[in-house]
Amino acid sequence: MIRTEELLLNVGPQHPSTHGVFRIIVKLDGEVITEAIPVMGYLHRGTEKLAEDLNFTQIIPYTDRMDYVSAMTNNYVLCHAVETMMGLEIPERAEFMRLIVMELQRVASHLVWWGTYLLDIGAMSPFLYAFRDREMIIDFFNELCGARLTYNYMRVGGVKWDAPEGWLDKVRDFVPYMEKKLDEYNNLVSGNEIFLARIKGIGQYDAQTAIDYGLSGANLRCTGVDWDLRRAEPYSLYNRFEFDVPLGKTGDCYDRYLIRLEETRQSLRILKQALEQIPSSGEVMGKVPRVIRPPAGEVYVRIESPRGEIGCHIISKGKAEPYRLKFRRPSFVNLQILPKLLVGETMTNLITILGGIDIVVGEVDA
Amino acid sequence: MGTWLDETLTWGNALIFFLWGVILLAIVLGFVTYAIYFERKVIGWMQLRIGPNRVGPLGLLQTVADILKLLIKEDTIPRKADRMLFILAPALAYVPAFAVLAVIPYTQDLYFADINVGLLYYVALSGISTIAIVIGGWSSNNKYALLGGMRSAAQMISYEVPLVISVVGVVMMTGSLNLRIIGEQQGNWFWEWNFLPQIIGFVVFIIAAVSELNRTPFDLPEAESELVAGYHVEYSGFRFAFFMLTEYVYVYAIAALTTVLFLGGWHAPAPFLDFVPGIIWFLLKFSCIVFFLFWLRATMPRIRVDQLMGFGWKVLLPLAILNVFITALYLELFIKG
Amino acid sequence: MSEERDKTAGMPSSGDTVGTAGEAPKETAGTVEGKEQSGQEQASANAEPAAPAAPSSAEASAAPVVDPEREAKLKAAAEAREARAAAKAKAESEAVPEEPKAPSPKQPILDAAVGLIRTEVAEDAVEEAYINELNGHMPVIVVKGDRWSEVAALMKNHAALGCNYLRNVTGVDCETHMEAVYHLVSLESKQDYAIKIKTDREAPSVASATPIWATANWNEREIYDLLGINFPGHPDMRRIMMPDDWVGHPLRKDYEPLDPEV
Repeated sequence: MIRTEELLLNVGPQHPSTHGVFRIIVKLDGEVITEAIPVMGYLHRGTEKLAEDLNFTQIIPYTDRMDYVSAMTNNYVLCHAVETMMGLEIPERAEFMRLIVMELQRVASHLVWWGTYLLDIGAMSPFLYAFRDREMIIDFFNELCGARLTYNYMRVGGVKWDAPEGWLDKVRDFVPYMEKKLDEYNNLVSGNEIFLARIKGIGQYDAQTAIDYGLSGANLRCTGVDWDLRRAEPYSLYNRFEFDVPLGKTGDCYDRYLIRLEETRQSLRILKQALEQIPSSGEVMGKVPRVIRPPAGEVYVRIESPRGEIGCHIISKGKAEPYRLKFRRPSFVNLQILPKLLVGETMTNLITILGGIDIVVGEVDA
Repeated sequence: MGTWLDETLTWGNALIFFLWGVILLAIVLGFVTYAIYFERKVIGWMQLRIGPNRVGPLGLLQTVADILKLLIKEDTIPRKADRMLFILAPALAYVPAFAVLAVIPYTQDLYFADINVGLLYYVALSGISTIAIVIGGWSSNNKYALLGGMRSAAQMISYEVPLVISVVGVVMMTGSLNLRIIGEQQGNWFWEWNFLPQIIGFVVFIIAAVSELNRTPFDLPEAESELVAGYHVEYSGFRFAFFMLTEYVYVYAIAALTTVLFLGGWHAPAPFLDFVPGIIWFLLKFSCIVFFLFWLRATMPRIRVDQLMGFGWKVLLPLAILNVFITALYLELFIKG
Repeated sequence: MSEERDKTAGMPSSGDTVGTAGEAPKETAGTVEGKEQSGQEQASANAEPAAPAAPSSAEASAAPVVDPEREAKLKAAAEAREARAAAKAKAESEAVPEEPKAPSPKQPILDAAVGLIRTEVAEDAVEEAYINELNGHMPVIVVKGDRWSEVAALMKNHAALGCNYLRNVTGVDCETHMEAVYHLVSLESKQDYAIKIKTDREAPSVASATPIWATANWNEREIYDLLGINFPGHPDMRRIMMPDDWVGHPLRKDYEPLDPEV
C-alpha cells in the first residue's frame, strides 16, 4: 500500500543559510511546507539581565554584540537613549562623526546582506565582491576605533576618538568608488533571468499585514508604507541632509532587494553631504558628568538600523545602572511574519524568504 | 587501436586491452585532479582572488593533498543506514562514468571502441548513475539526503529526454550513431562543424548537459545552501571522493562528447592549420568546454526545482523536437531531393 | 574612592577591563556587602596594576591586614562620599520652593486620549495619565488591567487615535508589582503613546494584545518567558528564549541563577 506521510525536517540550528544559530521546524508534504515553527534562543546571552548590574559605559560593548553586523547603530541607540534622559548636548563634530560611521555601517551591513543573500540563492561570486568592498569599510573602522566588528566607539556624550589624520579623505575617496561598484553589481545581478525567476513574486504581503506585524525597515517599505525613522522621527543630524527613501510597490522579495540596494546608494549620498559639512575641528566628547547617572524616569528612543527600527527602553531609578533595559530588536519583530509567509511555499523559497527578511540571530536572541 | 580490436581475443590481446584501460584510467584521474585544481583557480580569479597557491609550486599539489586527506579519513557509516546500499552507491555511480569513455574517439585512429550505436551506449549508461544517486540518498537515512536524491532523480530524468532528442538532428545529418563517423563527417572549415547547422540542437544540448552533470545553475541535488550537500551529506572520506570523481569524470565525458558531436572532433578550424595534430585540436576544444562549465559555475545563481522541471519539459523538449522537424524538412527538401 | 572607580569605568584601558571583569561577578551577588567588597577590590586593583588576576573575595578581605595605606584611601573616600551626600541633601531641600512647571505641549493630546478612553470604555479605566518629559513629552496612560483589551481595541480602531503600529512591549519587574508597557504609534499622525498596565507579582496576568496587533505575539512570549507575566488570550503561550523545560523566570529581580559563581 502506498501511503504519504508528512515529513518533519529540522532546518538548523547548524545550517549554511539560517544566518546564525537559528532553527525552523518544518512540516513538509513533498517539497511543500505545511507548517513552519521557528525556534530561537540558541544565542540568548542575557544582555538585558546583565545590563542591570553594569553602568552605561560598560553596557556599550554588549550592544555591539547584539546586531554584530551593524554594531554602530546599536551603540548609537544606547547612547542616544541616555543622552535624551539626561538632556546632554553633543558637540557638532561628534554628531557628524556618529552620523558618518552609522551611514558607513549601513553600507557595510547591506553589502553583507547582498552577498549572503545571493550566496543562498546559489551565485557564489557576488559574495566575494561584496566582502571585498566591505573589507574597505572595516579597514576604515579599524583605523578609527581599533576593531573590525565590535567597535565600542560611541560614548554617552560623544564618541571616543576623533578621526585620525587623513581618515576623512579616505572616506571621501571611497564614496565614488562604491557608487561605481554598486552600478557594476546591479548590472551583474539585477537583470539575471534566473535570479529574477527565483525572487519575483516570492514572499509577498500587503501593507496592512506589515503594519499589523510591526515590521520595519525595508520589510515595511516594500509594501509602499513611507515610514523611515530618519525621515519620520528625525534623530541626530538627518534633517540637515537630502536623501530619498525608496519605497516598493508589490511587497515581495524583489522589492526588498531593490530597496536595500537603493538605500545603500542613498547612504552614500548622505555620506557625501556629511563629509562636506563636517566641521574641521571640534570636541568629540561633550560635557558629561563623571558618573553617568540619568535622573529617575523612563525613556524609549528608536533609530533606523539597516534592519529596521531598533529601540532602547530604559527605566532608571537614578542610579548609575539602569533598573530595566530593554532593546526592541528589529530582527526579532520582523521574524514573526516568517511562519505566516512560509505556508504553501517550497523548501527553496524558505531560504529565499528568510534571506529577504535580513535577520541577524544575535539580534533575534539578544 | 582499430586493428587490435579486429583480432581474435587471446590472453595477450586481453592483457593489452586491460593495460590500455588502466592507462585511460590514469589519464582520467590526472584530468580530474587538475580539473579540480583549475576550477578552483579559475573561479578564484573570477572572484578577484587567487585560488590555491600554497601546497606545492603554484598550489599544483592541492588536489593531491585533498585526495590524500580523503583517503585517510575515517569511514563512517550512519548506524541506521542501509549498509549494503550505502556502500554500493558510490561505486555504482562511478562505474558507468568510466565505462562511457570507451566510445569517445580522440582522433581518426585513437579510439577505444568502435561501436555502431556509440551514442546510444553513452546515453544508456549515463542513466545508471541516476539510480546510484537515488540509492545514495535513500540509504543515508537522512531527510536532507532523501530530498536531494529525489530531486536528482526528477532532474536527471527530465533532462535526459531533451539531451537525446537534441542529438537526433546530428544523427540524421550524419546518418550514423557511431561517434567516430560523426566526428569524421564534420567538414574541414569551422562553419561546417555541426554546431552551426544544428544551432538549436547545440544550445539545447549544452543546457541539458549542464543539468545532467548536476552543475550550477542546475546543482539542486547538492544545493549547498538549502540541502546542506543533498544526497552525499552522510558520505565522508573516500566514498565522498567517489561521488566527486563521478561528477568530474562525467564532465570529461560530456566535454568530449560535445567536442565530437558538435565542434568537429579532431578537425582543425581551417584546412591550412592541418599541420597541428588532431589530438591537439581535440584537447583545445575540450578545454574550452570545460572552462565554459567553470565559468557558468562562478556566475549563475541556482534555479528552483519547479522552475527546472518546467523549463525542461516546456521549453527544452519542444525546442529539441522542433529541431528534429526542421532538420528532417531540410534534409528532405535540399539534400535528398 | 568612588572617583577612582569612575575614572577607571570611563576609560577603556586594560586596567578598566580588569576592573569591570572583577566588578561584574561581584555585582551579581547583589548585596551591599558585595558592592563594598568590590570597592575594596577596585582599590587593590588600582594599587597593584601589575597583577591583573581575577581578585577573589578571600583576597580582598585578607588585604586590609597587609596594606595600611589603602585603609587611609578608603577612609578618605568614605568621607568624600558623606560630604557629597550631605551637599546633595542640602541642594534638594533648597530646590523645593520652585515655580510650577509650564504645561507640556502634548498635554491636550493626552487629555483628549484620556477623555476618549473614559467615555468609550469605562470611567475608571484610566488609573493615571501623565506626560513623560524626558522622552520628548510622550503621553503615558496607566490603564486598569481588566479594561486593557477594550482600551487596546479603542486605541487601534478609533479614528482620532488610530494607533495601528505597536512598536514595543516591555515587561518590568518593579519589586512590589509587575508592569507591561506598550509603546504605540500612529503612522499617519506620527503621534506616539505609552500605555502601562500594572499587575500584581504573585499571579501576574495581562490580557494579550495579540488579537489586536500581531506584533505582540512574540514580544509577549518573551515577557512570559523571562518575567513570568501570563497573557490570557495569547494563541501560543510558551517559552521562546529559554529551553522549554526551564524552571523560573530569569529576568525577575529575585531570580536565583542555577550556578551563582558564574
